[in-house]
Amino acid sequence: MIVETGHFALVLALALAVVNAVVPLYGHYIRDSRLTAVAPSVALAGFGFVAYAFAALTYAHVVSDFSVVNVIENSASTKPLIYKITGVWGNHEGSMLLWVLILAIFAAAVAVAARGMPADLRSLVLCVQSWIASAFLLFILLTSDPFARIAQAPIEGQDLNPLLQDPGLAIHPPLLYLGYVGFSMTFSFAAAALIAGRIDAAWARFVRPWTLIAWIFLTLGIAMGSYWAYYTLGWGGFWFWDPVENASLMPWLAGTALLHSAVVMEKREALKIWTIFLAILAFSLSLVGTFLVRSGVLTSVHAFATDPMRGVFILLILVFFIGGSLALFAWRAGSLTPGGIFAPVSREGALVLNNLLLTTSCATVFTGTLYPLALEALTGQKISVGAPFFNATFVPLAIPLFLVMPFGQSLAWKRGDLLGAAQRLVLAFAAGLAGLLVFAAWKGAPALSYCLAGLAIYVIVGSFLDLGRRLSGGGLGNVWARGSGLPRSAYGTAIAHAGIGVTLLGLAASGWGQENILTMKPGDTAKIGPYAVHLDAIAPVNGPNYTAAVARGTIFEGVAALGAIEPSARFYPSRKMNRSDAGIATIGLGQLYMSIGTPSNGGVDARLYWKPLVTLIWIGALIMALGGALSLSDRRLRFGIASRARRSAGPTPQPAE
Amino acid sequence: MNWPMNSVSKGERAMTRKTMTRKTRRLTLIGAALAVFGLATGLSLFALRDTIVFFYGPSEYAEKAPQPGTRLRIGGLVKAGTFVKEGGQSYQFAVTDTKHDVKVSYTGLLPDLFREGQGAVVEGAVGSDGIFRADSVLAKHDERYMPREVADALKKQGVWKEGEAMPETARPETAAGAQKGVVK
Repeated sequence: MIVETGHFALVLALALAVVNAVVPLYGHYIRDSRLTAVAPSVALAGFGFVAYAFAALTYAHVVSDFSVVNVIENSASTKPLIYKITGVWGNHEGSMLLWVLILAIFAAAVAVAARGMPADLRSLVLCVQSWIASAFLLFILLTSDPFARIAQAPIEGQDLNPLLQDPGLAIHPPLLYLGYVGFSMTFSFAAAALIAGRIDAAWARFVRPWTLIAWIFLTLGIAMGSYWAYYTLGWGGFWFWDPVENASLMPWLAGTALLHSAVVMEKREALKIWTIFLAILAFSLSLVGTFLVRSGVLTSVHAFATDPMRGVFILLILVFFIGGSLALFAWRAGSLTPGGIFAPVSREGALVLNNLLLTTSCATVFTGTLYPLALEALTGQKISVGAPFFNATFVPLAIPLFLVMPFGQSLAWKRGDLLGAAQRLVLAFAAGLAGLLVFAAWKGAPALSYCLAGLAIYVIVGSFLDLGRRLSGGGLGNVWARGSGLPRSAYGTAIAHAGIGVTLLGLAASGWGQENILTMKPGDTAKIGPYAVHLDAIAPVNGPNYTAAVARGTIFEGVAALGAIEPSARFYPSRKMNRSDAGIATIGLGQLYMSIGTPSNGGVDARLYWKPLVTLIWIGALIMALGGALSLSDRRLRFGIASRARRSAGPTPQPAE
Repeated sequence: MNWPMNSVSKGERAMTRKTMTRKTRRLTLIGAALAVFGLATGLSLFALRDTIVFFYGPSEYAEKAPQPGTRLRIGGLVKAGTFVKEGGQSYQFAVTDTKHDVKVSYTGLLPDLFREGQGAVVEGAVGSDGIFRADSVLAKHDERYMPREVADALKKQGVWKEGEAMPETARPETAAGAQKGVVK
């Protein structure tokens, strides 16, 4: 019964979404504020119904109701409770329901939180959101019904894909979806502004918190996905330039560009048309990502089921929203008044360069991801585009971006002074050079690694120089007073920029990584980097719904034992699938990584990796997200008082000469 | 100092600033945009020529007879009776679509449930002795699923259809799985 009411709630949510897609728009057209005013309440009600539907599906999973097809296909009574809950979105239907739930959460948040915003803008934003919600609710109800029943319920389900039976499933998809779907907000703001024909600095201030929220979650979601792949695939890799990873990287790059261009728009009313375009682009790429991952054009653990109907439906949604918004853009963008002008060498100029590099690097990722699909569709020829392509295209575009980053922060608005900026960055150059030399003394890596490490140090130090100068500007005694007077977004910027430097350092350090692949028997010792691993025993272990062979190892540095490492190879009988669980020992900032195959003849094939500084990759992402959160907490950006914020709170203008 | 920017006096600079009209600024912007896009396009075209890896089925491989050193992906079934462990972690086996075989040698860890009769995709380069030197081996990761490239290669040869049992060389086995790239 609960399952049926869940289905019914979903239908009602669709009806409400259609109402909200039509009524406020009509109200805007005939200038009737009573009609546009329905949007917030309808959005809240829609959220209620979607939340109920989601709860109903969760209930079916938790009680293992095997009369529901979705539960049969993705659950088993022996599955631990946590995976019964996370398994709700560990499948196609449930994940689309989560997508729609998050869409509804964002809509409800706008309805409740955006009090400072003009009522008509808010209604139009909710209206555009409802168009998206209608499309995806229709998609769920027509092609991916999570509540479908089966007449003869089996006694046991088919269990969840073992690769997904992992705490990562509880974190990675919700974070990633909050990011993906968060960009629907910027999209809705852009479309609403185009419909209303009014785009100004205030608009940029309203949209900025939503962009930041989406960006923070997407950053965390990507980092989490990468760490999950790292410890569960058993190959020690954290980024494979796999199409599904690229699908999340593309909106991240476009979203990062959007964050920066929105700053220019907010401060200087320039780059309006470009900002609107990026807002549309970021969400369009999220939709492309959803299409790539969910339609079944790619075979991966993310493509739960291949049903051509679904692919075509998502493609139609894609064409409708991207085509529609770009048409709206082409129609209305011309009527926007151009904003302030600025010299090429200025903060704005640097941000434009940032945008150019981010969008072109995004375009190369797009090319590398879709070219094989296009080529196969057109000629039938199969190719694979892997890491070498992206190393040859993405990396050369990312390096100038890192070089320019600290410069941009040191340049003044409107008209900057390149030489002055360079002088202010002397410390960063020196630190970078020193870093390069220190890392160069650490043997065993290619030259590129220590150049990148030096670049990373330069970025980290450079991120804080502007902040430091602003703090110490009035003598050291005033640091505290000045520090508390600076907007939090200034700290956020510095921290987020340092975060990307930290990640870069972690990536650069992979050059010093070492690998040892061998067959080990209990009693054997394998050397890896500065350490040695002694295999004490191989023991069988029974989990709740799997059997495993665990290799118990001890890590030695010289003769001193540092700790234990326990990789295991699991077997899930219900799906007859294997899954490796790497043993990871964090030593300082590096990690010793060991994964094993299935034991045979008393021995086991083992892969050992020593990965110095590898944790910095994910720590950097956390720092970036922290920087984003600090910016988000800035008084000027709080939803309620956004309209009262004053322009004067911007960074202190610097003398140009 | 002999920095070009500093050698301009204040007055002169004010003048250059004035002549920097909206139009020239826009042109600078467009110039920069074109330069970056040009660079990206150049890099992409260059990379697409050099870094992409073609996928061949065994018959296509026999027909095109690629030059030694060419990087390729080859997919098919691991032919029954060809798997040899050469000691250490070196292996030899043949990948087949039942019409043609490709001899493959590989050193490293094999996916857990890599076995004869099952689908596999190998990536590597053609050796001068005609043996394909694989540096990575991907196998299927789910019992319901056969690597799409392999399925297509078999369908092309007309030896297998969706839902059918696997062709001759293969003894269909129930257990399957293994992780690597394909899985993600």
